[in-house]
Amino acid sequence: MATDQLEDGSDEPDEFDDSDKTEAADEFDDADEFEFDYDDAGFAPGHRACSGCGPAIVARHVVDEAGENTIVVNPTGCMEVVSSPFPESAWGVSWIHNVFANAPGVASGVEAAYRSFSRRGREEFEDHEDVNFIVFAGDGATFDIGMRSLSGMFERGHDVLYVCYDNEAYMNTGVQRSGSTPPGAHTTTTPSGEYSTGEDAPKKDMPAIAAAHGVEYVATASISDPIDFRKKVSRGLEVDGPAYVQVLSPCPVGWGFDGSETIEMGELAVETGVYPIYEMEHGEVTSAKTVRDRKPVEAYLERQDRFSHLFGGDAGEETIEAIQAEIDAQAEDLGIDG
Amino acid sequence: MAREIMKGTDAVAKAVVSADPDVVSAYPITPQTGIVEGIADLAAQGAYDGEFLRIDSEFNAASSVIGASAAGARTFTATSSNGLKLMSEPLFTAAGMRLPLVLAVANRSISAPLSIWNDHTDAMAERDAGLVQLYAEDVQEAVDNTLIAFRVAEELKLPVMSNLDGFVLTHVQEPVDVPEPEAIEEFLPRYEPEHTLDPSDPKTMGAYARPEHWTETTYVPHEVLLQAGDAIERATAEFEDVFGRSYGDAGGLLDTYRLGDADVALVVLGSLAGTTKDAVDRAREDGIRVGVVRPRVFRPFPGEALREALGGVEAVGVLEKAISPGSGGPLTMELKAELYDLPDRPLVRNYVLGLAGRDVTVEDVREMSAELYADADVPPHQAPTEDREIWPQLREDILPEEVSH
Repeated sequence: MATDQLEDGSDEPDEFDDSDKTEAADEFDDADEFEFDYDDAGFAPGHRACSGCGPAIVARHVVDEAGENTIVVNPTGCMEVVSSPFPESAWGVSWIHNVFANAPGVASGVEAAYRSFSRRGREEFEDHEDVNFIVFAGDGATFDIGMRSLSGMFERGHDVLYVCYDNEAYMNTGVQRSGSTPPGAHTTTTPSGEYSTGEDAPKKDMPAIAAAHGVEYVATASISDPIDFRKKVSRGLEVDGPAYVQVLSPCPVGWGFDGSETIEMGELAVETGVYPIYEMEHGEVTSAKTVRDRKPVEAYLERQDRFSHLFGGDAGEETIEAIQAEIDAQAEDLGIDG
Repeated sequence: MAREIMKGTDAVAKAVVSADPDVVSAYPITPQTGIVEGIADLAAQGAYDGEFLRIDSEFNAASSVIGASAAGARTFTATSSNGLKLMSEPLFTAAGMRLPLVLAVANRSISAPLSIWNDHTDAMAERDAGLVQLYAEDVQEAVDNTLIAFRVAEELKLPVMSNLDGFVLTHVQEPVDVPEPEAIEEFLPRYEPEHTLDPSDPKTMGAYARPEHWTETTYVPHEVLLQAGDAIERATAEFEDVFGRSYGDAGGLLDTYRLGDADVALVVLGSLAGTTKDAVDRAREDGIRVGVVRPRVFRPFPGEALREALGGVEAVGVLEKAISPGSGGPLTMELKAELYDLPDRPLVRNYVLGLAGRDVTVEDVREMSAELYADADVPPHQAPTEDREIWPQLREDILPEEVSH
C-alpha cells in the first residue's frame, strides 16, 4: 500500500535546492562545533519510524508536554519496535515495555509501587510524588488485546494518563484491521475485492467506553492540532486518577499516502468530521471542536489507498454514503457543525 | 515467634505480610484464594500497609507485579492452575527482564476436564519461563519457602514460584511458626534494586532485541539459574541460623529420608513425601531397603545433587503428579537425563499418579516399593518399555475403546 510515486506523479525527485545545501555544508565544515545534542529530548530523533510517521510525532508531543518527571509504559506495537531496538533507545524518559496486552496492568503496578513508597516514607522516592505515569499505546493494544487490562486500570482509579495513538490498524505487522479500523478500509485481513468493500464493522467507540468506566477526563485529538493535543495531555496529567486521550495518528504506510501529507491527513479527518475532536468530563461531552463548512467525506477517503476501492463502483458508492450518514449523525450528536 | 495451629493459606498470608512487600496483587482462584484473602484481612486490620491491588485477572496480577518490581518494589502475588496459565505470558518476560517477584502457586490440575484438586501439571507447564521453582512438603515449609523465595528472588533478580499443594497444604491446619516482621528483618532486609524506573535517571526496560543480542539476553537468566543453587544454599543456611529450621541435604536442594543404606529410592515432589515416608517405614518393616529423595527445587534442576543422592541405588521410582502428554512425567524425563552419564545408572520407573487429587495411600506406595525392589536388579536397558511408565491408578474400565489395551 505504500506510495512509491511522488506527489506530482513523477518518480524523479525535484532539483535539489542549492541554497539549503550550501548552508548545511557550511555547518558541517566546522564539524567539531556541530553535534547533535538530544540529551534532553524525551523522545529523540533517530528512531526507526517510517518517514512521516504520525505516532512518532505524537510520542514526542506527549513526553515533551509531560516533562522529564515521567514514566512511560508502552505495550508491544509499532512505536515500541521502532523506538527501542537494544542497545539503542529513543526514549529520554523512563520507559518500560512488557507484552502487548498488559501496558495498563504494568502501569498499575508502577503507580502502585510509587504510592506504596510514598505512604511508607521511603526517602529515596520523596522527590517523586509528582511523577507522571503515562501509557502510550496503539489502537490494537487499546481497542482489542489490552481492553481488559485498560478496563481494570480505569476501574481501580490508578493515576495514569492513557494516550492511545490511533492509527486505525495493526501497522507494524503488515496492516491488519483492529477494533479501530473504520468501515470501508482495506486492510490485509479486510481486503477489498469482488465481494468485499473492506472493513464492515463500525469503529469501536473507545472514548465512550472509557467514559462509561467513570473516567473523569476523556478527550480526542488530532496530530494536526498539536497545541490542542498537548493541552489535553496536560489536562489528563492534572486529573487525580485515570484519564484517556485518543489522538488520530495517520500512518503513511498503512493508509497509503505520501509521508509528507501526515498532518494534512489529520486535518482532513477533522474537517470532514471523520474524527470529531471533543472532551468529556465525568461522562458528559463538555467541549467539541466546531467544524465550519464540513467537507464531504470523499475529500478524506480519496486521498488514501486504503479507501481507493470505494471509488468507481456501486458498492463503493453505497459504502461512502453509509460512512457519510454515520458522520452526519455523529456531527449532529456532538453539535460540531458551525 | 509463637507456634499456632493455622490453615495453610492463612499461614502463607501471614508470612507474606511479615516479608512486608510494597505491592501485592490479588485475584482469586481456588485453592489459592485464602492466601490473598488472608492478606486482605491483615490489610483491613492495619497489619499490612503496602499497596493491595484487587486486580482484574491473573494476567494483570502478573503484569502489575512486573511493573511494581521494575519500579523497585518488593512484590507478591498468588495463583493456581488456569490462573497460572493466564499469567504465563507476562511471567515469561520477568526472567529476561531480571525482575524479582514472588509467586505462591497452590498447585492444581489444569482444565479440561475442569478440576479444582491438586497435582503439579500447572507448575510443570511453566518450567521454561525462567522461574525458580520451590516445592513444600508441609505448611511450615510453605511458610519458610515464602520467605526464602523473597531472599532468592531479590538476590538473583529472578522470579520465584513457591509451590504448595492445593488443599493438601492450603486447606490443612497444622502447627506453624510464622516469624514476626522484626525477626525477618535480619534474614530479609529491604530490597535494594540495582535498576529502577527512576524518572531522575531514565532507563529503557524491556527493549526489543534483534538476533545479535537476543541469544545473550536469554543465556544470562539460564546461567544465573544454573548457578542459583549457591544462592538457595546460602538462603537456607542463613534461614537455619536465624530461625533454627533446617532444610535438608545438598544445600537445601533436596530432602532425603532413610536413603543411606537404600537399594531403591522413591523420588517425589511436595506433600506426597509425607505419605511416601510413612510407606517407606512400612516397607522397611518388610525388609525392603527403600529411601526417599524429595527435591525441594525443580528449577534450577538439582541435577548434581540428584546424581549424588541416587548414584548408589539400583532402582528409582519417580512418583509424579504430572504428565507431559505424548512424552512422560517431566521430572522423570529430566532425572533420566541427569542419570544417563552414570556408569551404573539405576533403573528409573515413572509412576504417574495422584492426578487432580486422586488419593495416593500409604499402602499404594508400599506396594510400589515392593515391586520396584523386586525389579531392582534388572539393568535399565533390559527393562520392558511398558514398565518404564506406569499409571497405577488408571481405571481401565472407564477408558474409551480407542485407548484400551
